[in-house]
Amino acid sequence: MSIKQFIRERFFPHIWCQGCGHGIVLNAMLQAIASLGISKNEIVMVSGIGCSARISGYVDFHTLHTLHGRALAFATGVKMSLPELNVIVPMGDGDALAIGGNHFIHAARRNIDMTAIVMNNRIYGMTGGQFSPLTGYGMKATTAPYKNIDHDFDTVELSKAAGASYVARTTTYHVKQLTEMIKDAILHEGFSVVEVLSQCPTNFGRRNKMGGAIEMMESYKSLTTPIGSKAKQENPDLIERGVFVQKELPEYCSEYRSIIEKINKGT
Amino acid sequence: MTQNIKFIQGNEVCVEASLYAGLDFYAGYPITPSTEIAEHLAKKLPQLNGTFIQMEDEIASICAVIGASLTGHKAMTATSGPGFSLMQEGLGYAIMAEIPCVIVDVQRGGPSTGLPTNVSQGDVFQAQWGTHGDHAIIAMTASNHQDLFEITVDAFNLAETYRTPVILLMDEVIGHMRERVFIPKSGELPLVERLKTSFKSGEDYHPYLPREDGRLPMSDFGSIHRYNVTGLAHDMWGFPSNNPAIVSGLMHHLIDKINNNVHEISRYKEYYMDDASIVLISYGCSARSARHVVENRRKRGEKLGMIELQTLWPFPVHLIRNRCADARYIVVVEQNMGQLVHLVKMNAPRPDKVFLCNRIDGVFISPTDIRNVLRVIQGRGV
Repeated sequence: MSIKQFIRERFFPHIWCQGCGHGIVLNAMLQAIASLGISKNEIVMVSGIGCSARISGYVDFHTLHTLHGRALAFATGVKMSLPELNVIVPMGDGDALAIGGNHFIHAARRNIDMTAIVMNNRIYGMTGGQFSPLTGYGMKATTAPYKNIDHDFDTVELSKAAGASYVARTTTYHVKQLTEMIKDAILHEGFSVVEVLSQCPTNFGRRNKMGGAIEMMESYKSLTTPIGSKAKQENPDLIERGVFVQKELPEYCSEYRSIIEKINKGT
Repeated sequence: MTQNIKFIQGNEVCVEASLYAGLDFYAGYPITPSTEIAEHLAKKLPQLNGTFIQMEDEIASICAVIGASLTGHKAMTATSGPGFSLMQEGLGYAIMAEIPCVIVDVQRGGPSTGLPTNVSQGDVFQAQWGTHGDHAIIAMTASNHQDLFEITVDAFNLAETYRTPVILLMDEVIGHMRERVFIPKSGELPLVERLKTSFKSGEDYHPYLPREDGRLPMSDFGSIHRYNVTGLAHDMWGFPSNNPAIVSGLMHHLIDKINNNVHEISRYKEYYMDDASIVLISYGCSARSARHVVENRRKRGEKLGMIELQTLWPFPVHLIRNRCADARYIVVVEQNMGQLVHLVKMNAPRPDKVFLCNRIDGVFISPTDIRNVLRVIQGRGV
């Protein structure tokens, strides 16, 4: 099935810079949706603010482009009202874990059925390169011109601790794995997190002397390793890729529905 | 004929009325003095197959309400001053994206955490100007439980009619006071249901292209029309735009749809206004004491009249201009440092004859407080 049917061509060209990883994520997401065969009317895409959040405008689903960090809260209202809809929330790293950190952990804790795709480019790209909670210690940004002294979150560990029932990580280099993960995440009943390392050559790579988009993508190959690999034991600095959590837990909308059924029984 | 009479708190009246109006989604965060609204809805909504969710904060609450409204549900949240401050971001979004919803603010003393259990009417200006950017807003209030029931239903009706958030400004006294209320029968009060688009699947539906009358027929998320909703300035498809002509058209639409309909939106009551030489203007719980003074003075033959405002925003300029033209003095009774009094002064024929009678110490303003101000104005000392 062609993914072109999911695109709102009227709204192109998109705003992303040359070499940006977000287009790869968009492609993988649409491939995943195409292979699942979900009807366009059954998908709601909710996003916040930032480069990543603009994804929602370009796709022909029900799309809700909201406030910075608040996408999961809007999405909760949509999902609780119409649980049969598939809710997908593309997010940036600052969007998800700085301004939206509170909503993120609480959506995970409730285990409400939606798919959060955290497109981690380690920077606020849209505003020109300020550090985010995922930039990392020692890196440079326009608001950390000497070096960043903020330590970063580990999206996977945070999601696990907060109670997400599906947690995975990969990169824009591993696009086939990414597509499979997004498919799994959409099918998973519960709160799913897919972290995608996505290059921002313009505002992160350039300032941190990482080369262009190609060099940054190649670094995803050398800096990551499958979960539990021997390479990880030899080099603990490697970032693990794969599915970290996939478990059956009571889903929030189903739990609420069961309360309604219980109290209205016999009345 | 049996009547459904209840003796309940104002917060519970708000709950009864919102369910009467068709509420089926509530998201909120506990805060005094509004919490009873959440507690009652947590019990009642699941019984009615509706949705109640307690969110992680007030920001999330209003966002969830907006999301639910987009799926076609009548949605509400309730809070008090500190939570209302947090909701300003979402309120602006609902204005910009034209999402019908109701936001209840049971006012308490402020600023900041202020006086959690004491009364105030300090959020009148915040209701209009709390969120950034130019915009129009509808804010309603009531002074007794029977009125509160009708005004709450009105708030939902206006939200649907104008596709906009409506603020219901209650206060601690009305919220917590118990009073008798007659619950209207089904059908007794008119209800406005959402205007849905008649466009069929495959037709080019423009979610943000107003009809000639300014109204925007909606299509529910999850149904046949897929479109974009954004807080950015947007075109008729809901897609972001910074084209000056489009932005200008959008801004005028958002403001005109409310400000050009002030007469339809204004709710008020007036007492003894035909020959009044001293006019008390009040609203919410303060209007109870003002009314008491007016009734007592009338019995003594003094020509006092009163206007009780129930729509605070858009401010009913016409009402002040037309009904107060012959007033010798106007006294605005409110529980803040003077908020609505500024609007009255701007629009009264003689601004120098407009006075403020207020309390800001968390104590409910009494008829004696008002009588003392009247004595001073009339040159009779205290």
